Amino acid sequence: MSDARLALRPPGAIDPAAAGAPMTRRLPASAPAWALLFAVLVAYPLLVPSFWAYQIGAQVLILGTIALSLSFLAGYGGIVSLAQMTVAGLAGYLACIFGTTSVEQISLGWPWWVAVPLAVALATLAAVGIGALANRTEGIRTIMITLAIGVAFSYLAQQNYAVFNGYQGFSGITASTVGGIDLGAPVPFYYLCLAAAALLGAGVIHLSRTPFGIGLQGVRDNPRRMASLGFDVTAHRLVAHAVAGFIAAVGGVLFVFFNHQISPGSVATPALINILVIAVLGGLRHPLGAFVGAAVFVLLQNFAIDLVSRERFNLVIGGVFLLVVLASPDGVLGLWARLRGFFVDPAMQRTKR
Amino acid sequence: MDVRPRAACAALGLAVLAISAAGLAHNPKLYLLTLLNGVTLAALYFLVASGFTLVFGLMRNVNLAHGALFLLGAYVGYSVGEATGSWTLALFAGFLSSALAGVLMQVLLFRRMEGQEMRQTLVTIGLSIVMADVFMWIWGGDTYGFEAPDWLTGRVPLPLVTAYPTFRLFMLAAAIAIGVLLWLLLNRTRVGMMIRAGVDDRQMLSASGVDVNRLFVVTFAIGAGLAGLGGVIGGTALSIAPGEDVRYLLASLIVVIVGGIGSIAGAALGALLIGLAETFGLAYTPTYGVVFTFVLLVLALAFRPNGLMGVNR
Repeated sequence: MSDARLALRPPGAIDPAAAGAPMTRRLPASAPAWALLFAVLVAYPLLVPSFWAYQIGAQVLILGTIALSLSFLAGYGGIVSLAQMTVAGLAGYLACIFGTTSVEQISLGWPWWVAVPLAVALATLAAVGIGALANRTEGIRTIMITLAIGVAFSYLAQQNYAVFNGYQGFSGITASTVGGIDLGAPVPFYYLCLAAAALLGAGVIHLSRTPFGIGLQGVRDNPRRMASLGFDVTAHRLVAHAVAGFIAAVGGVLFVFFNHQISPGSVATPALINILVIAVLGGLRHPLGAFVGAAVFVLLQNFAIDLVSRERFNLVIGGVFLLVVLASPDGVLGLWARLRGFFVDPAMQRTKR
Repeated sequence: MDVRPRAACAALGLAVLAISAAGLAHNPKLYLLTLLNGVTLAALYFLVASGFTLVFGLMRNVNLAHGALFLLGAYVGYSVGEATGSWTLALFAGFLSSALAGVLMQVLLFRRMEGQEMRQTLVTIGLSIVMADVFMWIWGGDTYGFEAPDWLTGRVPLPLVTAYPTFRLFMLAAAIAIGVLLWLLLNRTRVGMMIRAGVDDRQMLSASGVDVNRLFVVTFAIGAGLAGLGGVIGGTALSIAPGEDVRYLLASLIVVIVGGIGSIAGAALGALLIGLAETFGLAYTPTYGVVFTFVLLVLALAFRPNGLMGVNR
């Protein structure tokens, strides 16, 4: 990353932090709180039944990772892309094509250490391509164009049998056994997802404090001013798409291991929208938001059916989403910060937008 | 326009002409039928997308629930048609129900978040998830089709393709009529003048004594109503089912991106291109049909980021 950021920063530019680019507001959580959170997450699968470790825990971490890619793009770059699930889905498809599935006539059966990195790399490349297209537009038009790209991909996957195996997609893929540990088993798989999520989340937080991250936030807040200061706005956005694409691709490969299958439905419009719902539900201001949103989503998905009938899940999640968006544009984390500010620190309310 | 896009247009035009000539020589009937199918599908897309472009382009209101309004008009129209047995009443009911829903959305939601595009986007996405599920609740997951009135059923004899369904030709005529009416409304009437003025400078218009809110409610009602109208017409030509909302929302999005946001002529051109690309793609290369639409989108964005007829505002 360091070379890229040096290249992006023009010689003799004013220090971006001093140029008035606002810093990210950090969660009012100190180091002990993070350590506690991490300890709880590590201990979690050992304390609960495997359904909770796999079906809830791992799924929250995976969906959170994919949503993290969107919350990075949107929160720091101001780019709302609906194609993040498409990138994730492409990585999942590629992992199936290069790896081993029950669709033997297409899958190449390469070992995981070739298939997975190649899938992630190609999907990241595709994300850069999508970014190059989306970069030609701004704001709401970016949403439209990325939605159009995402739906076009799902139709392509559905109609193409030679590469994507059409309507059926792929099934029978599992995480490999590495070093004698079956990563597909519930608890090891949970730890795999936790490691990926923690590394990527920490990476995003770190990146947001590098000159590149601060430049990106400047681009988000005022692209014209940043351009006149000598920053390459397009390059910042493209790199942001690449980073987000990489995060989404890792999440996508984990997701296909989690589900053991992928089909055009995995990348269809509702799936694309779900990622947006998750990211916005949690709040785009902090990487943690993606995971909070994913937790709300997965818990609702699994337990809302106890309250209402199974078919009405969309009504529940749509209603919750609508309420959160109407009541708190910063999502659940924003609500939390506001409540905290209300009870703990009245000064915070004044700085609230 | 500098030389590069012009050369690209010329190259594209020549390629299309060459492929058309080959298609005509190969199988004229298939080619002409596909052409007619494409043009009439474009008419349907135009009906739906014109409402979208009206609301988005002129009022800066991002309404991603436009597809849900399409489905609302279609379902309500279907129920009214079932109850009364009249297709014309179904058409009116479709228009009115969507227009009413649009007015409610404008008054209850959009007015509260004027200028906040991202919030409007998120709220309307949430709304369309909820609406789609409520429709599923009420009308179930079945596929419905409308029965067109007698004078619109059957086929019209035509040279070369022997005969073509009357209703699809009617759809084309209706789209042209509505397009012309919309253009006249916007460019030749007092209300249209006020709408255009309100878009350019809302406060100044308000200061000149025009009730801007009422004006925007009327515009929103027309835009939403067109979606409902499209729902009944589309349901008659094709069918309605859960998921169609997304399809028509997407078609509207692509049409306005390609054509240019806020331009009626752009919507017509965009709809024509998308309709033709989709039908020809499906007829000639079924596996990769959708890719044509996508290529069109990429080309339009690469050369005209604001759309073919769009202006940079």
